[in-house]
Amino acid sequence: MEKKVTFTIDNKECTATAGSFIVDAARKNGIYIPTLCNYDGVKPAGSCRVCTVKVNKRHLTACTTPVAEGMEIEVDTAELNDLRNAVVELLFTEGNHYCPACEKSGDCELQALAYRFQIMAPRFPFQFNERDIDASHPKIYHDHNRCILCKRCIRAVKDKDGKSIFEFNNRAKEVRIKLDDKLGETLSDELALKAMEVCPVGSILVKEIGFKTPIGKRKFDRIPIGTQETTEQLSHKEEHHE
Amino acid sequence: MTTTEIQTVLKKFRNDKTRLVDILLEIQSENGFISKQKIETIAEGLDISEVDVEQTMSFYHFFSCKPRGKYTIYLNNSLVAMMKGREKVADAFEKELGCKFGEVAEDIGIFDTSCIGMSDQEPAALINGKVFTNLTSFRAREIIRDMRKGMEVEEMYANTFGDSKNSSKLVRSVVRNHIKRTGPILDQNFQTGKILQKQLALMTPEEVINEVKRSHLRGRGGAGFPTGIKWEFCRRATGKKKYLFCNADEGEPGTFKDRVILTEKPEMLFEGMVVAAYAIGASEGILYLRYEYSYLKDYLEDVLDKMRKDGNLGKNPAGIKDFNFDIRIQLGAGAYICGEESALIESAEGKRGEPRNRPPFPVEKGYLGFPTTVNNVETLCSVVKVIQNGGEWLRNMGTKDSTGTKVLSISGDCLFPGIYELEWGFSINTILEMAGAHNTQAVQIGGPSGALVNPDQFDRILCYSDLATGGSMIILDESRDLLKDVVMNFTDFFIEESCGSCVPCRNIPTLLKNKLTRILEGKGTMKDFEDSQNWANMMQINRCGLGHTAANPIITSLENFRHLYEDKIQKHKDFDSGFDIASAVAESCEFVDRDPNI
Repeated sequence: MEKKVTFTIDNKECTATAGSFIVDAARKNGIYIPTLCNYDGVKPAGSCRVCTVKVNKRHLTACTTPVAEGMEIEVDTAELNDLRNAVVELLFTEGNHYCPACEKSGDCELQALAYRFQIMAPRFPFQFNERDIDASHPKIYHDHNRCILCKRCIRAVKDKDGKSIFEFNNRAKEVRIKLDDKLGETLSDELALKAMEVCPVGSILVKEIGFKTPIGKRKFDRIPIGTQETTEQLSHKEEHHE
Repeated sequence: MTTTEIQTVLKKFRNDKTRLVDILLEIQSENGFISKQKIETIAEGLDISEVDVEQTMSFYHFFSCKPRGKYTIYLNNSLVAMMKGREKVADAFEKELGCKFGEVAEDIGIFDTSCIGMSDQEPAALINGKVFTNLTSFRAREIIRDMRKGMEVEEMYANTFGDSKNSSKLVRSVVRNHIKRTGPILDQNFQTGKILQKQLALMTPEEVINEVKRSHLRGRGGAGFPTGIKWEFCRRATGKKKYLFCNADEGEPGTFKDRVILTEKPEMLFEGMVVAAYAIGASEGILYLRYEYSYLKDYLEDVLDKMRKDGNLGKNPAGIKDFNFDIRIQLGAGAYICGEESALIESAEGKRGEPRNRPPFPVEKGYLGFPTTVNNVETLCSVVKVIQNGGEWLRNMGTKDSTGTKVLSISGDCLFPGIYELEWGFSINTILEMAGAHNTQAVQIGGPSGALVNPDQFDRILCYSDLATGGSMIILDESRDLLKDVVMNFTDFFIEESCGSCVPCRNIPTLLKNKLTRILEGKGTMKDFEDSQNWANMMQINRCGLGHTAANPIITSLENFRHLYEDKIQKHKDFDSGFDIASAVAESCEFVDRDPNI
């Protein structure tokens, strides 16, 4: 039998499997911690910092930190919520995001978080960084203006031998996602679709299937991000697990 | 290099992708860059994708996919270099060559680089891996002319080789040690092999750990984690194998003490590694040497060879049964962040030097997934003295929470820049007096990631509980513009050296720089002041130490030199858009030859 641990989130007593990450453990206990770079089934990266929580006065990312017995975790505090908002605002000012013109609008997690956090305007000035658009690939339209550098494509999309198809290139402000020249050429339809699906924003799009789901019927059009998970879906998931 | 030659290099490293940094260094050594075609061959030989090779390559400052010239000059642009006249030297290089920094002309490339660990002899540059110090515009022109004649790099030295080991056959460098004050680490009281043979051989690993714990020795890299406890964690961790790393990636601008220890006390350092390895149960050791110090590599390899011959390294060092330990040198390729222990491990595995998420800590899961201890150069030297003289001996030096000595790198506005070994617990005033500093306006303690301290605090004590430091002390006299010259330079440094992974670290320093620029241009308001403080606060949620401290130049100058900002901001204005319509339309007005009607 799996070992269970007891801990608190904002003073609420919780239990979860020992070793599970805070973000998943919280979800099992009906608490949503916003995430952006995290993706079910792939190794967490802890790079966006949106899921930052406080454990014993220290800031830690909930997607990479396992729960431990007796942990006292702070999630929903004014300080932490402000930091999360700030991260999302930073991303909006770092890239060039024009939601109304973006094909991912309504399915975009960055946009959904901004709505959930009720961000009206970012506190930071727009940086208007110059980013490229690469439409040369036969299957993929790669818009770096919208990339939030979450590494989800890097981690989730590999070729049949496990080789990387996407990787980081450069460092600091110049860091960009790069699609492998060779493996990109032979990219299957399936992997191209997967890349689009794992991308939380509209940076990786598959050509010729635009607006398949009409606006109004998209993931976050009616329900804010984070709400579904905690109610029906969770009980659904639990049943499947047992 | 032909495809076959590249394949030979790959074979030498057993086609092991975790040795990618070594492979790239070796292939690049031929002509200074690695072409796309070579990347293809490397990827194929290592059975990884090309983006995997490129992600590592593009991370490090000294790798290039484009030619950087037969001669490549990397001129340091750190604060101290600037203070000592770097701009004039840079200007002379540009004028003589007729190209800008970042470009190549006449097969000579000129590039900027972060601190190369020569702050006591700036301006300094690396030319094809060799160090040139005390540069002037005269020397810059001379060097370019020598290059035009096709001279060998070593023929371009205008000076004799440096003091002591700097002039040894395998180093042949003009670098000088400038040791101004010695203590237990730097004095002559050390006999090669004696401590290993006569003392370590008689101790159990537990006894070694206990002795180090008794000494209260703390890590000298800056963070100050108790060494004995780190070792104990690593010893207790389960793993088929264990690794010991020595962190010689001394990248904090203004520090150069590890360079001097590596030059003068390599035997002691390596013996410290043997002691640490024995304590934690490691069979392999890696000295991670920053690329800037690669001129010491052959010399250090030679010291290791001698140790093997003397029976102090390899199979059963010092005749200790059931203990085998050898050391290899891993070169870096130019990235400040690799001084962070988990980034250093990533780099040694051939990857981008991005810090890891913790837990797991390296002592549990480090290099290649095995329990790993990473210790600073100076820490490992202190360990040797602890074994020699006992933990009690070290504890009798320094203060209660900071025992032993600290080797300081002192530079900037003082008469005697160099290396000073002092017992912990000295005040800033003592140091200023010792180094011959006058009219001191401020001292930067611990490099850019540390604090800018004002004269009111010069009686503060250097120790882990007051002003902790990895050893860098930059003295700034009254002639310096602290905001424009110091804070700006450091902020640029952090912008350049971020790995780019965490959102705040990738963005906030740039935004703070823009704020500071506004303030310096006289366009700032109280709002810019407050924003800077609030935004800098976001840095605490970054993953690593660099991320946590990258706003420190702004934070500590706001704290300790608030008046400098206040003097510059517009007091009677709540808001300034920073937009000047006249200058925005100036170009078009000139083009149509009309005066702006504003």
